Amino acid sequence: MNTSAAVSARTSKLAAERLSAYYGGFQALREVTMSLREQSITAIIGPSGCGKSTLLRSFNRMNDDVRGFCAEGRILLDGEDILRRRDLTSLRKRVGMVFQRPNPFPLSVYENVAYGPRIHGLARGSELDAIVERSLRATGMWAEVRDRLGASALSLSGEAQQRLCISRLLAVAPEVLLMDEPCSALDPIATMRIEELMQDLKARYTIVIVTHNMQQATRCSDECGFMWLGELVEFAPTTEMFTRPKNPRTEGYVTGRFG
Amino acid sequence: MPSPPSDHPLIRRNPRLAEKAIEAAIRLSAFFVIAALALIFIFIAREAVPLLTSAEVHEEVTVSRMVAPLPNGKFSWQPVSTVPKYSLLPLLAGTLKVTLVALLIALPLAVGAAIFTSEFAPPGLREVIKPVIELLAGIPSVVIGFFALMVVATWVQEAFGLVYRLNAITAGIGLSLAVIPIVYTVAEDALSAVPQSFRDGSLALGANRWQTAWRVVLPAAMPGVMAAGVLGFGRAIGETMIVLMASGNAAISSLDPRESFRSISATIAAELGEVVHGSAHYHVLFFLGALLFVITFLLNLAGHAWAARLRTRLEGGGRR
Repeated sequence: MNTSAAVSARTSKLAAERLSAYYGGFQALREVTMSLREQSITAIIGPSGCGKSTLLRSFNRMNDDVRGFCAEGRILLDGEDILRRRDLTSLRKRVGMVFQRPNPFPLSVYENVAYGPRIHGLARGSELDAIVERSLRATGMWAEVRDRLGASALSLSGEAQQRLCISRLLAVAPEVLLMDEPCSALDPIATMRIEELMQDLKARYTIVIVTHNMQQATRCSDECGFMWLGELVEFAPTTEMFTRPKNPRTEGYVTGRFG
Repeated sequence: MPSPPSDHPLIRRNPRLAEKAIEAAIRLSAFFVIAALALIFIFIAREAVPLLTSAEVHEEVTVSRMVAPLPNGKFSWQPVSTVPKYSLLPLLAGTLKVTLVALLIALPLAVGAAIFTSEFAPPGLREVIKPVIELLAGIPSVVIGFFALMVVATWVQEAFGLVYRLNAITAGIGLSLAVIPIVYTVAEDALSAVPQSFRDGSLALGANRWQTAWRVVLPAAMPGVMAAGVLGFGRAIGETMIVLMASGNAAISSLDPRESFRSISATIAAELGEVVHGSAHYHVLFFLGALLFVITFLLNLAGHAWAARLRTRLEGGGRR
């Protein structure tokens, strides 16, 4: 490892280096290079089909189950190349994901949050209770559900379900949170609350959010990447990208000329 | 509104007429199915009722005498001896034990195969396995019975060192061949219908496929899997030909699966053809049929109620 790589490994939590990805013959990512800082929120924006979800799902290898998928280049998590990694269980424990539609399991609220710790054998009994409580407190829903931990998770509202999914993730103590349009199925007020939650969580996690919503990207992200046809066109601090975009394509997109 | 399907003037004037006609036709066909079921039950019940009401029949047999032990303290089914004996117990024991053996074999195999095809098999393999297992449902039960009688019986007798060639293990294995495809198809559909998002959520937390299948997909599909089990039970308890051929047809009051037995369904099939119309024996056989009907019906009802409760709990329907 040369010196410059060592430096980038220290300052960045997660990085893609010349990452290309293919679904069979279709190239979804073209040599994407980006570096995500710890304790910050990075937004990835771009029109549909630009590869932003593919990029996000590559960070915890969720695309591996897609037939015909293959990736080349490197993805570094704390300097370790996770594309070469065989053990996905411990990778996904460190890099968790929140999906577009809330997808709590059809189990009780408690069992949803306890699921991760259970499968990783992290805790049991009162220790597990403590993890569940802590995780639900972290997303601000403890007061709401403390008396109905046994109720089905599917009986909750959409926003509460998405919060529960985030709690479920926090219970396994991840380092990176990947969010794939986490608010697209929610109303504006619920969206605002989830964005506030993200700001709270930023202090302890590295967060990456894919979003269609440019206002959301400006509101909540520190850095922003604009993707177009599988390419990372521009990657810059969010305020800079939305006020002084360097690339004409970025300008066209953020000012609403296309997209 | 889409244009009406026909240009017939009557329909052109009143497009809702076609809709009404179709609705009536569908309603009628649903009604026919239900009516057919009801009529079958009424027919069986009508022929069974004299066992409860007719003095003439009571000279030979009553329901209480079918349930109680005979004067010699035993339970026997000998309807055509000089003193006819109609004990229910041996038939119930036989039916129960073969159904139990068949379900013990079929349920784990069928549900296991369903989990494999829906969760683990590559799509190409799945396209092969599913139709092949479903094809098993198309094998006539007389062929399965023949196979059980000639092949399975020999294997089982040698493997377990049994005295009786035809026993509940042999018949149970044959019966399970008939039950497996039904349970498999319904369970597989239930598992495949579980949204992919549940699997993604579990995998993204670092669960492996096993944990995902066992702890998330199976619980989510439980109501459907249970319905599959209930259907399998109904098939097992009512199946006649396999049991008739491979059971040995000895009416013994024993729950030991190594012994021969005689089931309710096989008894009806074997004896109804020879029985004197309107005799006590005749009415007893119809009573057995009604009994079988009621048992299956009650179990179906219980299974549905249980599945519905489970579904409400899963989806939290009561809280919305």
